[in-house]
Amino acid sequence: MLVGAAPFGVIFGTLAIGSGLPVWVTLALSAAVFAGSSQFVVISLISGGAALPVVWMTTLVVNLRHALYSATLLPYVRELPARWRWPLAFWLTDETFAVVHNHLRQHAATRAGAWYWLGSALAMYLNWLAWTVAGVLVGQSIPGIATLGLDFAMVATFVAIVAPQLRERPVLLAALVAGTVAMLARDLPYQLGLMLAAAAGVAAGVLSERPAVEPLP
Amino acid sequence: MTTYWVLAVGGMALVTFGIRLSFLVWGHRLRFPAWMERALRFVPTAVLTALIVPMALAPHGTVDLSAHNAYLPGALASAGVALRSRHSLAAILSGFAVYGLWRWLF
Repeated sequence: MLVGAAPFGVIFGTLAIGSGLPVWVTLALSAAVFAGSSQFVVISLISGGAALPVVWMTTLVVNLRHALYSATLLPYVRELPARWRWPLAFWLTDETFAVVHNHLRQHAATRAGAWYWLGSALAMYLNWLAWTVAGVLVGQSIPGIATLGLDFAMVATFVAIVAPQLRERPVLLAALVAGTVAMLARDLPYQLGLMLAAAAGVAAGVLSERPAVEPLP
Repeated sequence: MTTYWVLAVGGMALVTFGIRLSFLVWGHRLRFPAWMERALRFVPTAVLTALIVPMALAPHGTVDLSAHNAYLPGALASAGVALRSRHSLAAILSGFAVYGLWRWLF
């Protein structure tokens, strides 16, 4: 999991520097936001000076899935005091959720489980920061790296994330609809096309899932 | 410009932290409707696809399906490797190889 984050961290750092973001902004994104896909998405937005509400709304949409993780993990930390739950929430990412949820399901909810969560979250965090720094150094040492087809790195990165999930039919349908709407609406201002495409894709995915009968608990 | 960046990054951090805090801290009073749970599963795929497709099909604004568009073969190569191997680094690198080769050829 730590190794898996490496290419994304490096590419994020390189891409951000290559798009003209200052080093401190690049590092601040990894340190304060700590949410890979939203960091990638906003590179082009904030390097192009997009309106702030657009930046914040995009972040909200892209990261909303974390609310689901937050809800799923709540039963395991219900008994813990707030001074535990706040930091645990800050470091809650896709990877942390996957690892921690798997661990907590097999072990009783104890203080040890919270330590496990904190430990794996911190490992992911430091790992992400380190790879971002590596990417920043690459971006700085190769001037004009943006013209070397680095914007392709973003396409390749996203494809690598999305493609394995397309084996599920509803997900495939969501992707097809989102891609089509994004093409048709790509000239709308304020990234409205992106929002519209995402909404249409999600709707398509949910609707296509409906006929399946859910197993009773 | 500095103010803009501070506000942009600060706002993003607040939004993201708020989402992550939502249930862990206020969860005793909040409940998640089932339809939303289903919908959220599709958000990452839908958003990322909505970003990729225009970049791959129309890298310079207009639709370009000619041999000069190296993004498309590169993206398809990445997708092929990612689907077969689930190995993200291999997928990114092979996409880059095809992209670079294509640009060099055409």
